[in-house]
Amino acid sequence: MLGAHYNLSDKAMSVDLWSLYALMKRSRLFEEAVTELWKEGLISGEMHLGTGEEAIVAGVVSQLRPGDAMALDHRGTSAFLMRGVDPVLLLREMLGRPDGLCGGRGGHMHLLSREHLAASSGIVGAEGPTAIGFALAAQYLRPGAIAVAFFGDGAMNQGMLMESMNLAALWNLPVLFVCKDDGWAITTQPGTSTSGDMGDRVRGLGVHYMDVDGLDVEQVWQAAHQAIERARAGKEPTLLHVRCVHLEGHSLGLVLLRIARNPLGELPGIAGPLIRSFLRPGGGSLRERLAGVRLVLSAILATLRDPRRYSTNDPVVRVQTALKSDPARLKELDNRLEVEIAAALAAALQEAAA
Amino acid sequence: MKTMYFTEAVDDALAQAMGDDSRIILLGEDVPMLRRNLLVRFGPKRVRGTPISESAFLGAGVAAAMAGLRPVVELYMVDFLGVAMDALLNHAAKLEAFSGGKWTAPVVVRAPCGGGYGDGGQHEQTLWGWLAHIPGLAVVVPSTPADAGGLMLAALEHDGPVVFLEHKLLSESYLEFLGSGGRRTVQYDVPAEGARGPVPNRWKALPLGKAVLRREGNDVALVSVGVGVHRALEAAEILGKEGISAAVLDLRTVSPLDKTALSEIVAQTGHLLVVDEDYEGFGLSGELAAVVMEAGIPVRYARACTQTTIPYARSMEDQTIPNVERIRTAVKRLLQPAMESFTGRDGV
Repeated sequence: MLGAHYNLSDKAMSVDLWSLYALMKRSRLFEEAVTELWKEGLISGEMHLGTGEEAIVAGVVSQLRPGDAMALDHRGTSAFLMRGVDPVLLLREMLGRPDGLCGGRGGHMHLLSREHLAASSGIVGAEGPTAIGFALAAQYLRPGAIAVAFFGDGAMNQGMLMESMNLAALWNLPVLFVCKDDGWAITTQPGTSTSGDMGDRVRGLGVHYMDVDGLDVEQVWQAAHQAIERARAGKEPTLLHVRCVHLEGHSLGLVLLRIARNPLGELPGIAGPLIRSFLRPGGGSLRERLAGVRLVLSAILATLRDPRRYSTNDPVVRVQTALKSDPARLKELDNRLEVEIAAALAAALQEAAA
Repeated sequence: MKTMYFTEAVDDALAQAMGDDSRIILLGEDVPMLRRNLLVRFGPKRVRGTPISESAFLGAGVAAAMAGLRPVVELYMVDFLGVAMDALLNHAAKLEAFSGGKWTAPVVVRAPCGGGYGDGGQHEQTLWGWLAHIPGLAVVVPSTPADAGGLMLAALEHDGPVVFLEHKLLSESYLEFLGSGGRRTVQYDVPAEGARGPVPNRWKALPLGKAVLRREGNDVALVSVGVGVHRALEAAEILGKEGISAAVLDLRTVSPLDKTALSEIVAQTGHLLVVDEDYEGFGLSGELAAVVMEAGIPVRYARACTQTTIPYARSMEDQTIPNVERIRTAVKRLLQPAMESFTGRDGV
C-alpha cells in the first residue's frame, strides 16, 4: 500500500500533518542529495528539482490509491518518491546506471514506472494529453480510479493542455489537473507571457477551478481531497492552481539565480557584452534600447528580490514550525529520514563504484 | 583575424542583418534573456519573448513571413518542434507549391540540436533528416563559427522557410545553460575548432547547398554535418598516421544538398563513409547512398549514425552517437577486401 509506511490513510478526512511532513522532508533530503551529485558532476546535463513544491506534491500524491495514474513534467522526482518508488532506483537512474529505474536511459526528465502508472515528459504541456488518456483508460478498466497531471504555469499557454482540459470536461474524465505556479517560465515572467485570468480560462472550458496556497500543505491536502472525491464520483474535472516558490528556480545552475546569489561574480561577464551591444551604432532608437535594458533588468531585479530568502516561503519549514510542539518526535523523524536517504545514497554510489 | 564563439557569431551576423533590414524580428521562448545583447540594441519590438505556445508562435512566424516580415523564430530545442510541426510541414513548406510559385514564407526557424552532454533522448535529437525529407524546407547545419554566421545571413536572404540548426556542443551559451550551469566538474567533448574560430569583419551570405572539403584525401570520403564533421576530421587525422588518406566533406546544408561535391569526392575515392548524428534509418545517410548510386558512381559504402533513441547515461550516449573510434573502425572495415565487409554497417 503506497504511503502506508507513514500511516497515511486515504479514508481520513482530517489531515495527518506528521505523515505529510515525512513525505515532504524525505523528498527534500533526497533532492538535496541529488544536488550534491549534480554539483560533483556525477549528473551531466540539466537537473530540475521540485524543492519548494513538496507541499503540492505531498498534498495530492498522499491521497492516491493503487490504480491511480500520474502524468508528470520534467520535475517529477518528488512525485515518484512520494508514490513509493524506491529511492535507490531513482538515484541509480540519475547516475545513469543500467540498474536504475529506467536502465539509465531515461534520466530525471523521463522517469517512467509502468507498475505505478507514472509517466514523466520533458515536453511542456504533454502532461495534459497523458493524464486524460490515463483517465479514459480508468473509465473503462479501473472504475473509481483517477489520473493526476502535474505541470507548471508555463504549460498553461500550451495548446495541447488547453485542448486536454476541454476534452476532460466534455467526456467527464476522472482527472485532476495540478498547476504548480512559481511565477516563472524559466526566465519569463507571467506578465509577459500570460493573458487573462487562469480561473476564468479553465472555468470557460468547463473545468472546476480552485486557487490554493502551495506553501500550506494542509490547504493543498484539503483542496485535493475535494477535487479527488469529485473526480472519483464522476463529476467534472478540477484544476488546482497552486502557488509555490521553486527554491532552485527552473534548473540547477540557472544564471538568474547565480546572479542573485553572487552578483559580483556573475554580473561582469554579462554586463560587458550588454553594454557594448547597447552602444553599438545601427539598431533601435535610444528609447527602444532603453526599453530593452529595462526588460533585462526587470528579470534580474525580480530574481534579486528573491523570495527564497524567506524561510516562510519554504513549505517544509512551514510544516516543521507547526510540528515543533513535539520536538522529540520531530527530531526522531528527521533522524530516521536522514538515515534512510543517506543509506540510499550510499547504496547507489557504492554499487556505482563497484 | 577576429575570432568568435559559435553562438556569438550567429548573433553577430543576425545583428548585422537586423541593422540592414528592419523587417527582421526575433520571436521565441526566453528570447529576451537568450538574445539579451540584441534586445538592448534593437529593442523589445524586434526581440520578443513568447509564451510556451510553439504551435501558435511558429505558425504566426510563418504567416508573418507571408505578410512581409522576416521573422526568426527560436525554439528551445529542435525536439520541441514536435509540438508545432504543422506550421512547417503543412504550411511553410507547401506555400510556394500551392500558390503556383507566387507566394513564399521567408521564415528562419532557429533551434539548438544534438547531444553529447547527457540530457536524454527527448532533448538531444538532431532531426535534420526528418526535416529535409519535406520538400520546400531548407535545412542548415553549420560546423564552424564562420559558417554559422554566413549561413545565418543566407537563411535570412532565402526566399523560403529555413531551419537553422545550432549544435549545442558547439554553442558556448547553450552548453553552459543546459550542461555545465556554472560547474567545473563536468567535461564535454567539444570540438575546439567548431566552438570558436576566425570570422570575417563583415558578414557575407554563404551559398545554401554548397559543401566544403575540410580535408583532402584519396582512399575514402567521410561525409558529415555539424559536430560529425569534427569527429570525422579527428578520425581522419588518426587514420592518416595509419596510412589511410581520408577526405572530409562538410555538407553544411542538408537541404539543398550539394550532390556535385558529394559525387566528385566519392568518384575520387571510391569509398564513402557517412558520419551522421541523426538517426540511421530513412535519413541523410541513406539519401547520400542513393545520390551516389543514381549518379552511377561505383562506390563501397558504410555509415556511422545514431541507431536508437539516445540514452540518458553519458557512457551509453557516447557509444550511441557516432564517435571517433567508431568512425575509424568503420573506415578500416570499409577498406578491407570486398567480401569481408558485406554488411556495410559500422558494426556496433
